[in-house]
Amino acid sequence: MTGTLAAIGAGLAVIGAGLGIGLIGGRAMDAIARQPEAGGKIQTAMIISAALIEGVALFAVVVSMMSNS
Amino acid sequence: MSFRSVPLFATLIIGFILLSPGYDLKGQEPHGGEHESEAVQHEEESGSEGFNASEYIMEHIADSHEWHILTKPNGEHVSVYLPVILYSKHSGLHIFSSKKIAHGHSHEGFQMGHGKLGDKNLEGVIVEVDEHGEMAGEGIPLDLSITKNVFMMMLSVIILLSLFLSLARSYKRTGISEPKGIQGFLEPVIVFIEEDVAIPNLGEEKYHRYLPYLLTVFFFILLNNLMGLIPFFPFGANVTGNIAVTGVLAVITFLITQFSGNRGYWQHIFNTPGVPVWLAPIMIPVEIIGMFTKPFALMIRLFANITAGHIIVLSLLSMIFIFKSVGMSIPSMVMVLFMDCIEILVAFLQAYIFTLLSALFIGLAMPEHHHD
Repeated sequence: MTGTLAAIGAGLAVIGAGLGIGLIGGRAMDAIARQPEAGGKIQTAMIISAALIEGVALFAVVVSMMSNS
Repeated sequence: MSFRSVPLFATLIIGFILLSPGYDLKGQEPHGGEHESEAVQHEEESGSEGFNASEYIMEHIADSHEWHILTKPNGEHVSVYLPVILYSKHSGLHIFSSKKIAHGHSHEGFQMGHGKLGDKNLEGVIVEVDEHGEMAGEGIPLDLSITKNVFMMMLSVIILLSLFLSLARSYKRTGISEPKGIQGFLEPVIVFIEEDVAIPNLGEEKYHRYLPYLLTVFFFILLNNLMGLIPFFPFGANVTGNIAVTGVLAVITFLITQFSGNRGYWQHIFNTPGVPVWLAPIMIPVEIIGMFTKPFALMIRLFANITAGHIIVLSLLSMIFIFKSVGMSIPSMVMVLFMDCIEILVAFLQAYIFTLLSALFIGLAMPEHHHD
């Protein structure tokens, strides 16, 4: 049972990460479409934000791994 | 088939040949061979009919005292046995090769533990037993061995030192001039860290003191991430996926942050400007916890990203064994190659993020008073 709950928890965390990074990607594309010259800066900022959000989602994955083993 | 698709096909075929383990698909247990101890029998009984994917994955992610290179068809293991260094309260210092305690053997009273002691898991820990097989005294000696991770950290230190010391020497000889050789590769990266990470976060006057640390952390994490992706000896140990290693890096950042805190920093924590006094009992614990969560997040972020990448690659590889068919190799290899490319991106990105956030936290500890 703990294993199943841990897997469900990890899956929920992935929903959060997917939504967050998807929003960032979408807004970044809007911004680049508006102003293509700023494309490089926007892309850099997008990648950094995506890595930070992924860090938070991986907290949850780590917690599920700990509670599973 | 146009000329452009030749590199793609070549990569797929080479990847198939290099990455597909050539031995029997029924499992990884040795057929025949010498049965040296009951531990080998135990492995055969439990694993000879199936492939335990989670055990395979955990074995490759965790640290180990020996470096298993391959298993020959007749069941012999070819491994590099690293030295075991133990300090026991009873019998002092012991140094021996890990071959002596591989596969369940016992040497000078030490062997690999099984089961649990209280709630502490003893699998993979070296324990000390007396003549009757009971755990002697407190049982667990202080383990200072050279394991896979320690060996690879030392190797990465040697590589980094040789690379950067020769770089410094070539600058000393030729002065600031047109870069040649390895300079041309490293100089843009170093200048990038100096100009885009250090100066914006630490300010023009003070960044010199912290730039060596930031550069060290960046190249150490980057090199270890990349070396963890190469599957053959002597690379391939999961250093930055070891929470102890990332924990130490985060602790060092934390200590540097605290020791460079100036008055403004401590004032922000204990006496946040603009906050009424009666909120202080809430604000002060929150700020103190905030002081600790930032390096904690650094540690978990690096550990989880790298370990998750390795687990994904190993799971995709073990799909071949779960489906028990050679035809599964090609889709599996394609996916593994794709994941490895993402892992290279993640290696660079995580090193950059760790360095950026360290610079940010150190910079936050030295606020200039622009308000009022």
